[in-house]
Amino acid sequence: MSDKPKGTTQTLSPEETSAAHRQPSAKELAWEKSTLQPSLEKSPERACDFTTTSGHPIRRLYTEADLLDWDAQRDLGLPGASPYTRGIHPTMYRTRLWTMRQFAGFGTAEDTNARFRYLLSQGQTGLSTAFDLPTLMGYDSDHPLSEGEVGKCGVAISSLADMEVLFDKIPLANVTTSMTINSPAAAIWAMYLAVAEKQGADWKKISGTLQNDILKEYIAQKEYIYPPEPSMRLVIDTFEFGVKNTPKFNTISISGYHIREAGSTAIQELAFTLRDGLEYVEWGMRRGLDVDQFVPQLSFFFNAHNDFFEEIAKYRAARRIWHKAMAARYKSKNPRSWVLRFHTQTAGCSLTAQQPYNNVVRTAIQALAAVMGGTQSLHTNSLDEAWALPTEFAATIALRTQQIIAHETGVTNTVDPLGGSYFVETLTNEVERGAWDYIEKIDAMGGMVAAIERGYPQREIAEASYRYQVAVDKKEKIIVGVNDFVSQEKPLDILQIDETVAHRQAERLRKLRAERSQAEVDRRLSALRKAARGNENLMPFIYDAVKSYATLGEICDAMRHVFGTYEEVAIT
Amino acid sequence: MCGLTKKRTTPRLAERPRSRKYGLNKEKRSKRIMPEKKIRVLIAKPGLDGHDRGAKVIARALRDAGMEVIYTGLRQTPEMIASAALQEDVDVIGLSILSGAHNTICPQLMHLLREKGMTDVIVLVGGIIPEADIPALKKAGIAEIFLPGTSTQEIVDFIHKRVSHA
Repeated sequence: MSDKPKGTTQTLSPEETSAAHRQPSAKELAWEKSTLQPSLEKSPERACDFTTTSGHPIRRLYTEADLLDWDAQRDLGLPGASPYTRGIHPTMYRTRLWTMRQFAGFGTAEDTNARFRYLLSQGQTGLSTAFDLPTLMGYDSDHPLSEGEVGKCGVAISSLADMEVLFDKIPLANVTTSMTINSPAAAIWAMYLAVAEKQGADWKKISGTLQNDILKEYIAQKEYIYPPEPSMRLVIDTFEFGVKNTPKFNTISISGYHIREAGSTAIQELAFTLRDGLEYVEWGMRRGLDVDQFVPQLSFFFNAHNDFFEEIAKYRAARRIWHKAMAARYKSKNPRSWVLRFHTQTAGCSLTAQQPYNNVVRTAIQALAAVMGGTQSLHTNSLDEAWALPTEFAATIALRTQQIIAHETGVTNTVDPLGGSYFVETLTNEVERGAWDYIEKIDAMGGMVAAIERGYPQREIAEASYRYQVAVDKKEKIIVGVNDFVSQEKPLDILQIDETVAHRQAERLRKLRAERSQAEVDRRLSALRKAARGNENLMPFIYDAVKSYATLGEICDAMRHVFGTYEEVAIT
Repeated sequence: MCGLTKKRTTPRLAERPRSRKYGLNKEKRSKRIMPEKKIRVLIAKPGLDGHDRGAKVIARALRDAGMEVIYTGLRQTPEMIASAALQEDVDVIGLSILSGAHNTICPQLMHLLREKGMTDVIVLVGGIIPEADIPALKKAGIAEIFLPGTSTQEIVDFIHKRVSHA
C-alpha cells in the first residue's frame, strides 16, 4: 500500500478496467463511468494497491464478472458433499460445535495435569499437550543438552512414569487428546496407549491426534532427529499400527501452522501442507497400505492469521484441493478419505509484546475466521504469549473467546455463511490456483522429500518472511501498537518456570532407573535396535520398550544409533 | 548486498591479516586490517529450539545493511558459539532465543567469552524475553535485548553506534 499524495485525483488504470479474466457487464462498465470515476476524482482511495497480509492483490469490488468460469454445482456444491467447499458436515455447527482444544503444557507432569483438569472444569472439550524442547528432541530431562530447557516450552515427559502422572484422573476413554510431538511421536504415542491400557480404555474406541508430521519439521519448525527416510518410515509405521489397533485415532496432523509461523504466505502454507499430505499418502501406498483404510485417519492443522477473508478462502480451498487429489489422483473410493478435517490455531506470530491486551482482539478475529472456514477444532492463543507461556488468567480469556463466538455471535446458526460471496468465492479460487502451482512444481521436483533436500520450501518461506518484515519496517503493513499507534503500558504478570522443575525431573529419572529392571530395559532396547536395522514395523518394539520404563532418551538413542541424525544446510 | 546465498566480500579468515591475539582494541585492529572493514556479526541460535525465522530475518537485514554476517545454524551450545565467534573474528554476536532458556544460556556464553579474552565483542539478544529477566541479563554483560516488534533498522542502528564508537 503506497499512500497517494494529497490533492491528486485518481483515475481507473487500464488494468483495472480490463483484467484478463474479467468480463464486466455493460451495467458494471456504465457504473464505472457514471458513478465510480467521478467519486475517485473527488476522493481518491487511501492507497494504490490493496493486498492481503500475504501480499495477495485485492480488487476494489468483486462482481459476477469475477466468477465467469465458476460453477456453483461443481465448485461450491453443498455441505457434507463433494467438493466439500462448504464444509465436511451437512449441518456443521448446528449439530455439534467445534472442539475447543487449548494447547497446554509446562513444568512437570503434575503441573500440566492440574492445568488440564482446570481447563476441562471450565468447559474445554478436548485436551492438547505441549511438550518441552528436550522431549520434542528426544532427550531426557537430565541430558546435558536439556539444561535450561526442562519444562519451559511445555511439559517434560521422559518416560511412561511421567505420562501416567500427566493423565492421572483424566479418563482417556472419554477425552480426546492431541499431542504435539513429531520426531519422537511413536514413543510418546506408545506411552499414551500404555496409560490408556492401564486405565482399561479400549484402544479401538479411544480417540485423539498425534501431530507426527515430520515433513513440516524439516520445512519450518526444525525439531527433527533422524534423516528424512527413516523418519518417514516411522510415520508410516504409526499409520499401519493405527489402522490395525486404533481406528479412531488420527495418526497424523499434517501441519501448516508452523509453516505459516515461519513466515510463509497463506498460499504457501496451504500448498506445502497439502503437498506434505500427498507425500504421506504416497509413502503409505508404497508400504502397501490401502488408501481408503489409512487416509481417513489423516488430519490437518492450519494457522488462522489476521487477514480475515484470505484465511477463510484458505480453509475452503484446502477442502476442495484435498477432495480433488484424493478422488482423482489416488482414485480413492471412500468418502471418508476425501474430507479434509482440520484443527486451527490462531497465529502466535501475530501477537504483539506491545499493548498485549490487543492480542485478545486479534485472536478473536482470527478464531472467527477459523469458524467461518469450518474448522473441526480450535485453539485460541492467550494475550501474554509474546512474553511467555500463558497464565491461567490469560488462558481462561482465550477459552472464553471461543465460547463467545460459539454462543453469542450467531455465526454458528447456518452452514458456510459466506458461501456464494463474489469476493470469498473469487479468493477461494485464487488461493486454490496458487496452491496447485506450488504442488505441481514440487511434483516436478520428485515430491516433497526431494524438494526439502534441495531447500526449496525453506527458501520460499525465508523469502516471504523477509518480504513481510521489510513491509512492516517500511510501515507498508501496519501493526497496531508496534509500528503505529504506539503507547506505553505496564508490564504483565507472566508465568515463570524455574529450575526446580529440572531438579525434580532429574530426581524422578534417578529413582526410575534405580527401580526398574535394567536387564529387561536392555533386552527390549536391543530388540528395537535390531528391528530398526530391518524392515519390520517398529511400533510394537517401541511399545515394549516403553512398558519396561525405558526412557524417551534411551528409545530415541537406540534409533539414533541405527538411523543417524540429520543436519540441515541453513538457508539465510 | 542482498541475496540468499552467503556471499563473502571480505577475505576468508586465513587470508586476512589480523592480530594473532584477541583483546587488542578495535582501533588498532581496524588499522591493521583495512580501512573499509565491514562489521562482522555472528548470528547464533542456541539451545534446542528450531524456530529460526527471527535469526534468518536479522541475518539478512544486517547483510542488506552492509555487514558481514555468519549464521551458525541451529542448536548451538555456548561453547560452539564462543568458538565460532573467536574463529570468525566478529565484532557482534546476536543470539536468537525464544524458548525461555536465556537465563541459562546467556551467562554461560558471557563467561566463555571472558575466558577467551573476547571482552570487546558486543552480545545482543533477540526473542521472547520477559521484562523481569532483562536487568540480570544486562548485568551479565548482554549489551541489549531486542523484544518482538523491534524493527530491523533499530538493530542496525544500535550496532553501528556501538561498533564505530568502540
